[in-house]
Amino acid sequence: MTDTITPPTTPPTTTSGPKPEVTRQVEPLALRGTVIRRRSFSVRLDPRTIVVCVALSVVTVMVGLWSISVGDFPIPIADVIATIFGNPTEDSEFIVGTLRLPRVLVGIGVGAAFGMSGAIFQALVRNPLGSPDIIGFNAGAALGAVMMIVLFGGSAVQVSIGAVLGGLVTAVAVYVLAWKRGLQAYRLVLVGIGIGFTVGAVIDYLLTRAQINDVQRAAVWLTGSLNGRGWDEVRIVALALLVLGPLAIVMQRTLDRLDLGDDTAAALGVNVGRSKLALVLVGVSLSALGVAAAGPIAFVAFVAGPVARRLVNSPRACIVPAAFVGALLTVVADLAARRLLAPTELPVGIMTAVIGAPYLLWLLSRQSRTGAL
Amino acid sequence: MRGSMTDHPAPPGARLRADAVTLRYDDHVVVDGLDIEIPDGQITAIIGPNACGKSTLLKALARLLRPSAGQVVLDGEQIHKLATKEVARRLGLLPQTPIAPEGILVVDLIARGRSPHQKLFQQWSEDDERAVRAALEATGTEELAERAVDELSGGQRQRVWIAMALAQETELLLLDEPTTFLDIAHQIDVLDLLLHLNRDRGRTVVVVLHDLNLACRYASHVIAMRDGRIVAAGAPSDVIDAESVRTVFGLESLVIDDPISHTPLVIPIGSHHTQCDAHPTDIHLNRSEPQETR
Repeated sequence: MTDTITPPTTPPTTTSGPKPEVTRQVEPLALRGTVIRRRSFSVRLDPRTIVVCVALSVVTVMVGLWSISVGDFPIPIADVIATIFGNPTEDSEFIVGTLRLPRVLVGIGVGAAFGMSGAIFQALVRNPLGSPDIIGFNAGAALGAVMMIVLFGGSAVQVSIGAVLGGLVTAVAVYVLAWKRGLQAYRLVLVGIGIGFTVGAVIDYLLTRAQINDVQRAAVWLTGSLNGRGWDEVRIVALALLVLGPLAIVMQRTLDRLDLGDDTAAALGVNVGRSKLALVLVGVSLSALGVAAAGPIAFVAFVAGPVARRLVNSPRACIVPAAFVGALLTVVADLAARRLLAPTELPVGIMTAVIGAPYLLWLLSRQSRTGAL
Repeated sequence: MRGSMTDHPAPPGARLRADAVTLRYDDHVVVDGLDIEIPDGQITAIIGPNACGKSTLLKALARLLRPSAGQVVLDGEQIHKLATKEVARRLGLLPQTPIAPEGILVVDLIARGRSPHQKLFQQWSEDDERAVRAALEATGTEELAERAVDELSGGQRQRVWIAMALAQETELLLLDEPTTFLDIAHQIDVLDLLLHLNRDRGRTVVVVLHDLNLACRYASHVIAMRDGRIVAAGAPSDVIDAESVRTVFGLESLVIDDPISHTPLVIPIGSHHTQCDAHPTDIHLNRSEPQETR
């Protein structure tokens, strides 16, 4: 071992330049982020995170407008914008207001919900494979929703409730089965994948027993599709984001401490059991409501967290940036799904799988090499 | 103030104690009906063979583990009735294997030690700034502040973790085997740091140690455990002798005076050597003569 306690030979970098003051001024600590302080109120903001989020949202809006504008019946971007701000032309009202705008909004909302959920679970499980679409939670939500469609012919709201319940029950099942004197990441991932397959089999069984119309409705929805999404689905995801989003943001601080290990987190004042439960509930609900609105779109939750982390270059789990990455990813994937083989339209879930699957393979090969699953 | 010394008088000299504590994992009883007091303002070392319940006891003292019977008392209150955050302001714990997030900088990691003092909209106060600066200085990690924790050596990393626990500014500091995996020079380094914190900053330190001799040298109070029970507790020179080493570790040894610190120095005998191998003049002071093995 070549340990030395002696300080590194390179002098501390003086980025602040020469200082004219004669009185010895204490340099602020080189903490990440900028501190804004007024009396007892203080926040730490990370400029890079803000830049990344702003940039992502600008691109998302641009892609979204483009997506609304193109199609079998193209509408100029100017008309799209005018329609959104309440000055529709004759044709644009129906196509934009009823068909394409809600579709894009659902895409943005669902992507954001999946992104946040993925970032939360990947941090909790300490493993990129821990995202809800890999460990069966989304499959569970899908089962709940399919049951509502097939068995009860449920409405959008009922399907949402079914999805959330399905997601929660699956999460509980995975946790209970993976629990062995504490929770180990690899057990959770393996049990989750197993449960996912089992749930998939149950869904298949349900579909073979159901009415052909219901099956059709369920099958399109199961691949993850934004086709035919309307304002009902917009409301579902908007509600999910408005209620659960702020909770997820507040819980970032807890997640940061849990990142140091359960014991350290507890020593730093985190009630580990309760916090983890709260994070799981929020994470499952976010992804389940996403599933309810657009079906289990594959790999968005899985990809968004790591990409956000790389963009922000942060050691933290990036819940908020992951939402923006997820939103952009979904909107881009949906645009590609609509236009790539036009006039044939692919479900968005196929496009996200095209992006996500190679990443999964790369991750698996890398992880098996480093031995860390 | 809630939980202050005046409101809740602690037993004199021991803010932290365990009363008849039983600790278990599932059905397996690790510690059975144990009483201890942690003397204020001292360094207490918990020693004992592997799996004797040292770390488990430390976890219970830090409220990480709920006793199945008995109680841990902090400042006269049952520790499990205090809020987690409240405990975290009075008592810091460095676990055996804390996890550093990938790519985190030293100063950011140390800053996380401040979280028990922070709120949603009180994320970085001047107090936080001052405490982190003091922790950097106390542990001599100022020069490392802007480096990534991943690229530090084992010894440096341990100092950084201790700095994080220090930034928490608790009067009680519990450490679980902080010297394991370190070479001898870094072990001394870390223990010197703990002694400095204890003597110059008045911190009460509880540390689980493997090395008996270092425990004797650095601690003023030693708790020797075996099979979840306390075999002996007290000042090292009162507690550590050949007899107690045999009881605790099942090891024949010669205990002499440490020529540097004048604390007990345990020399294990083992099965391939006998005491006659040692030259009589090497032994300055026999605290307790073991049975002649000749």
